[in-house]
Amino acid sequence: MQITSIDDLQKAKGVGLAQLYPDKPKILVGMATCGLAAGAQKVYDFLSKKAQDAHWGGVVEKTGCIGFCYKEPLVDAILPGQPRVTYEQVTPEIAGALWEELAAGKIPEKQVMARIDVDDMILNGGPRKFYKGKLKGFLAKTPRYEDLDFFKLQRHIAMRNCGFIDPDNLLHYIARGGYFALYNALTAMTPDEVIAAVTTAGLRGRGGGGFPTGVKWASCRKAKGWPKYVLCNADEGDPGAYMDRSLIEGDPHSILEGMLIGAYAIGSSEGYIYVRAEYPLAVKTLQRAIFAAREAGLLGQNILGTGFSFDIKLNLGGGAFVCGESTALMASIEGKPGEPRAKYVHTVDKGLWDRPSNLNNVETWANVPVIIAKGADWYRDTGTEGSKGTKIFSLVGQVKNVGLVEVPMGVSIKDLVMEVGGGVPENREFKAIQIGGPSGGCIPKEHWGLPIDFDSLWDAGAIMGSGGMIVMDNSTCMVDVAKFFLDFLIDESCGKCIPCRLGLKRMREILEEFSAGKGSLEDLEELQSLSEAVKDGSLCALGGSAPNPVLTTLRYFRDEYEAHILQGKCPAAVCKDLITYSINPELCNGCTACVNECPQGAITGTKKEPHTLNASLCIKCGACFEVCKFGAVAVA
Amino acid sequence: MSVTFKALENILEHYPPSSEHLISALQDVQAKFNYLPPEAMTAVCDHLGVPLSRGWAVATFYKAFSLEPKGEHDVAVCLGTACHVRGAANVYEKFRRDLGIAGPEGTTRDLKFSLRQVRCLGCCSMAPVAQVDEEIHGNLSQRKAGHLLRMYRKR
Repeated sequence: MQITSIDDLQKAKGVGLAQLYPDKPKILVGMATCGLAAGAQKVYDFLSKKAQDAHWGGVVEKTGCIGFCYKEPLVDAILPGQPRVTYEQVTPEIAGALWEELAAGKIPEKQVMARIDVDDMILNGGPRKFYKGKLKGFLAKTPRYEDLDFFKLQRHIAMRNCGFIDPDNLLHYIARGGYFALYNALTAMTPDEVIAAVTTAGLRGRGGGGFPTGVKWASCRKAKGWPKYVLCNADEGDPGAYMDRSLIEGDPHSILEGMLIGAYAIGSSEGYIYVRAEYPLAVKTLQRAIFAAREAGLLGQNILGTGFSFDIKLNLGGGAFVCGESTALMASIEGKPGEPRAKYVHTVDKGLWDRPSNLNNVETWANVPVIIAKGADWYRDTGTEGSKGTKIFSLVGQVKNVGLVEVPMGVSIKDLVMEVGGGVPENREFKAIQIGGPSGGCIPKEHWGLPIDFDSLWDAGAIMGSGGMIVMDNSTCMVDVAKFFLDFLIDESCGKCIPCRLGLKRMREILEEFSAGKGSLEDLEELQSLSEAVKDGSLCALGGSAPNPVLTTLRYFRDEYEAHILQGKCPAAVCKDLITYSINPELCNGCTACVNECPQGAITGTKKEPHTLNASLCIKCGACFEVCKFGAVAVA
Repeated sequence: MSVTFKALENILEHYPPSSEHLISALQDVQAKFNYLPPEAMTAVCDHLGVPLSRGWAVATFYKAFSLEPKGEHDVAVCLGTACHVRGAANVYEKFRRDLGIAGPEGTTRDLKFSLRQVRCLGCCSMAPVAQVDEEIHGNLSQRKAGHLLRMYRKR
């Protein structure tokens, strides 16, 4: 379907809405990577086949991830005139049971997680209620999404379409107000007005730095040189952060529309998306979205009949963390090794092929259409003084409700972990939260009242980064965590400048000593001063922020370092040189599980007799600890 | 798979002779042969008009490229932060022990498995995870890792 005018767009919206909410039953299966990893493909195949075989009058469709990764695979059922009902952890067997009832026109009760009464449709002029009148039976008792702890504090702006549309269906995106913001910008606003709106809205870069987006755009617009490039950074390399992947997989057109608006504001006709090759589904989804937009005329020449032209190319990353850095990313698009350069000349003046280039992150782009559609003031309503809007965090690690959460800026760490995340599992104790990936820091429990925004995290020694939040409990050793991040950064350092290349290695050696129970308090001082040197002396942000995990753990968990050095103890029982495994004969009932699992043959014993562990053979792999169901294996 | 002129031509015909396509072309070669054979590298660089040294610079810089043949099954164990705090290091050691790989990464002698570390597969909700070929396996323990290898050995 060609969309070359506002009439076409309106028509597409009508068709899209009829597909999105048809007058017949609909089943949605969450098929982003997290869903697929949990087995959603089988569920989808099963339900599709059933529907086909039965000549069912309804539709079975795939959708993106709504964020509740921990409950995947998620299946939603929408029967006409009824609320949308979500089912959790649906296996093919459970899908079978669900199908029987749905096919008979009933709403199943089994595995129900929540219901949605109203679809907000924030860009579509108002909410759409799913049903009229009062709910009866179990549905009345089923919690609404907004009643669940996990969703209570959330506000989906960037993720507005995730879990509601088929990401491969352009019409679904348009049905929820998509590409209308672009039309508005192109016909009713000058480029300067677009930039002013983004600036007033207070949007700051969601990829890590938090640089004001509008300011960047304005500099790029002013820069001399042609052509100008608009780039999207989808090289999401932070371990523990996957919101960009999820946005792409759930709502790719929001990114394309954001880039189109940005290109109009800056005066660019060519764009690139640099995406990680490790995200095969995201790559395919983007390919399909770009193709669909091109087919419809929303990318290419004379878009929506306004004379504005823009097209996007897709570039696959080669697997290098440093390529998330702007100058390294541009070098990589040029087909070179991704080494950053000093930025005394900014990329907005001389970036890709030495032309003015504007790079923003996936989540930043996804926010842009909302700002244009709803206005800067609407957007400013959410968030804190210096950080407006919402931010998507991936709440992972030692926390009950693992998933993607989009919350207003300014929510406290405590609320995020305890309310949204449901706290630490198995009654263990919250110890710290690691924010901002390898460039970020660990924030301890004493500071968990801290509101999460760009500036207060910076003050605490961490950074917002791309929004990975890894919850750590008392089974996590902070020296080990510092070592872990250094390992990562040594691996990913491009090797161009000395402080980062050699400094990190030396820091790693010192930590290695600590985790072996060696080293002295002077070494702690050396570690501290070396960290400062690497921070000040490195060329790019990777090196400049690399010591953050060390510096924050030193700042907040010095006692743990000292326990390693002075007492030769690892309080969390992680550092292998400092721990021993043993079997408590009183708790051991002689099940032989550990005997069979031990790769060393270090555990001996017969059935129903307490086993014994020969410490001289033990390699401390922890296999026995893992398989023991009776808590008889002790580690200290 | 042997490196044939035809196979390389099929890849190179998609790329106009310009240096910007180096990474993409090498990615295609890697996908086709599972590694970058030297003769393919020469062909790619010749076609795109870039010095061979630049080809090797790119190939050794990016993780996506391998200079040695890979095993039949690619076992990528996630050592991202979320997996790390849930015990991925021990799981990784288990894979290494069971596959008998001496270095941190490597390929088994029978070319059945290649083991490598990755930093975040973006499936943190199921940590620790590993990806074998295209399939993701989550909530791993050392015991499950053992099962997994046995399963793929039979395939």
